[in-house]
Amino acid sequence: MKAIGTFSFSRWWAMVLKEFLQLKRDRLTFGMVIGIPLVQLALFGYAINTDPKHMPTAIIAADRSEFTRSFIAALERSEYFRIIGELPDERAGRRALARGEAMFVLNIPAGFTRDLLRGDRPALLVEADATDPVATGTALGSVEQIARSVVRKDAGGALSYLAAGEAPFGVHVHRLYNPEANSRNNIVPGLMGVILTLMMVLMTGLAMTRERERGTMENMLAMPVRPFEVMAGKVVPYIAIGLVQITLILLVAVFVFRVPFMGNLVSLYLAALLFVAANLTVGIMLSSLAKNQLQAMQMTVFYFLPNLLLSGFMFPFQGMPGWAQCIGNVLPLTHFNRLVRGLFLKGSEWWDLWPSIWPLMVFTAVVMAIAVKFYRKTLD
Amino acid sequence: MSGEQAIDVRDLNKHFGDKHVVRNVSLQVRRGEIFGFLGPNGSGKTTTIRMMCGLLTPDSGSGTCLGFDILRESSQIKRQVGYMTQRFSYWDDLTIRENLDFVARMYGMKHRRKRVEATLEELGLTERANQLTGALSGGWKQRLALAACMLHQPKVLLLDEPTAGVDPSARRDFWEELHRLSARGISVLVSTHYMDEAERCHKLAYIAYGELLARGTAQEVTAAQGLSTWMVHGEALGALSEALRGRSGVDQTVLFGATLHVSGKDGAALERTLREATAGTDCRLERTDTGLEDVFIHLMNHAVDRTGFRK
Ligand SMILES: Nc1ncnc2c1ncn2[C@@H]1O[C@H](COP(=O)(O)OP(=O)(O)OP(=O)(O)O)[C@@H](O)[C@H]1O
Ligand SMILES: [Mg+2]
Repeated sequence: MKAIGTFSFSRWWAMVLKEFLQLKRDRLTFGMVIGIPLVQLALFGYAINTDPKHMPTAIIAADRSEFTRSFIAALERSEYFRIIGELPDERAGRRALARGEAMFVLNIPAGFTRDLLRGDRPALLVEADATDPVATGTALGSVEQIARSVVRKDAGGALSYLAAGEAPFGVHVHRLYNPEANSRNNIVPGLMGVILTLMMVLMTGLAMTRERERGTMENMLAMPVRPFEVMAGKVVPYIAIGLVQITLILLVAVFVFRVPFMGNLVSLYLAALLFVAANLTVGIMLSSLAKNQLQAMQMTVFYFLPNLLLSGFMFPFQGMPGWAQCIGNVLPLTHFNRLVRGLFLKGSEWWDLWPSIWPLMVFTAVVMAIAVKFYRKTLD
Repeated sequence: MSGEQAIDVRDLNKHFGDKHVVRNVSLQVRRGEIFGFLGPNGSGKTTTIRMMCGLLTPDSGSGTCLGFDILRESSQIKRQVGYMTQRFSYWDDLTIRENLDFVARMYGMKHRRKRVEATLEELGLTERANQLTGALSGGWKQRLALAACMLHQPKVLLLDEPTAGVDPSARRDFWEELHRLSARGISVLVSTHYMDEAERCHKLAYIAYGELLARGTAQEVTAAQGLSTWMVHGEALGALSEALRGRSGVDQTVLFGATLHVSGKDGAALERTLREATAGTDCRLERTDTGLEDVFIHLMNHAVDRTGFRK
């Protein structure tokens, strides 16, 4: 059907007005628009990822010296670590980690101080429970720092000749359970895509099925309105909602969570609008396929889960198996995550972002075509 | 192109799953005609109407509406047809005015605002125009829907039980309006369960179990069944009705309050049976014209037999 060829501006505008009026009276949806982003940001940003402090740490000390004592004291002073006690051996250390009694196990190997004094650059072994990378990442980053400062403070004493030059000993970090580290700076910008995916797909998914369920679809189908006009009209209010949410998340990210924003604001909005468009077409497609609102919800969840799991938001993308990366590369959220992290943290320019932009464009066009094709012009 | 026929459909068929819901239905509605569409619940009236305006695709059959093919040119048809759904299908969360305004925009009407206000005025809803439509009573919703589907001045009206739940005086106004429209050359196909409305139609069709059983003017439909009907006045008519059932010449008995209608194809046998049955009682017999209701009940009973046989 040549839907675009005979596009009527007035019919499209009628749809837009109608959707806005209905939205205006739909308090629940209105609440969701503001509430869901705030709740999610609070959950992910505060409850789960508050700057981790005082994490339980066990020590396995096969070597005791003044240096190791002051190192442990410095760890405790840093407030990242709380020393919960000493363990006899590595097996006990693993058990403590597995049970969650300790987040870190610091292993000081035998002869550490001797090797240190000889300038042999011995290594400390830190085993970390990195299930929540955000929680462990910052703390781990500080270990080496603390070690240096201990050496430096001791500069007047026996270790003075070590203070100069490179670090006198290494710290081997062994991350268990989740090898690639992430940080809150990573999570909060990533949340923008997650929230937009959920909201846009869900709300447009319900938009068409609601008409069908209330019986108003029959009326609309009897009018001379074209599928493309209906879809384009239904989408407009949600673009507006998307803009509101982008702004909200951006403000919270920067002013509440102090995530640095290095990129260009216009680029961010353009990227986000493209991403919103991709998700809206998915929502419209789902609502063309679903028979009722319940089905639309189920399909939304079905679409949302792989986005959440395979986009690099939950688990590091590079760590996923090949097939999962393949699926991930099709999903808009994967590309948007790269865009938004690039813009937030790296201050990327447009040409850096292009590899993540064209997949979004292709995705939107393909899904839109499917949606128009499956839009049912009859009640059959 | 047919200049005379506003609607002309032939041999329409529709299945839902393995249920054959409309069987070989052919209908012609002439320009300016009010065509009544009758039949028991679930007989396929709504389904047939939906096929005429392109909301359902027939499994087989063909037809035109205003000269446009119902299969291929449904978008042209939609522009000139006003369809009123059986179930209220305007937006409950829009106000009355907003609903009318939406419709007007959809049809790209000129002088939109004036037309909407005029319609509100005619309906007597100007004061309540800013109320949410969902808050209207059932009958008022029906009247609003009717006004809304006529807003764009269609050439053909397809009305699916437009007066269900509407009070008598509003119904009378509505039918006067229909006859005015018909005089202007607008064709109306209207489904209804009311006999008085059936009698106001120029032509009628009766459908049962998806099959068109009778067509024509009220007189033609009545005459085609060849029924003789007697009215019995008196006491204990319920018992008499039971006693008459199944006896020679009696095809059906229908109780109308204080009178009993007894009809049958074999007029002579019917009269004999009635005289026998009422002899010695104070019941009074009177020959009467067969009414549409008698005919439709006869048609329906007949249809039950036939489909029962088919299974
Ligand atoms: N979408 C559908 N899916 C399955 N069956 C349907 C559907 N629509 C209608 N039917 C069936 O088709 C038959 C005819 O229905 P239809 O609505 O056309 O009857 P009707 O004559 O309009 O009845 P009423 O007087 O109650 O409005 C019924 O048996 C109904 O159950
Ligand atoms: Mg019906």
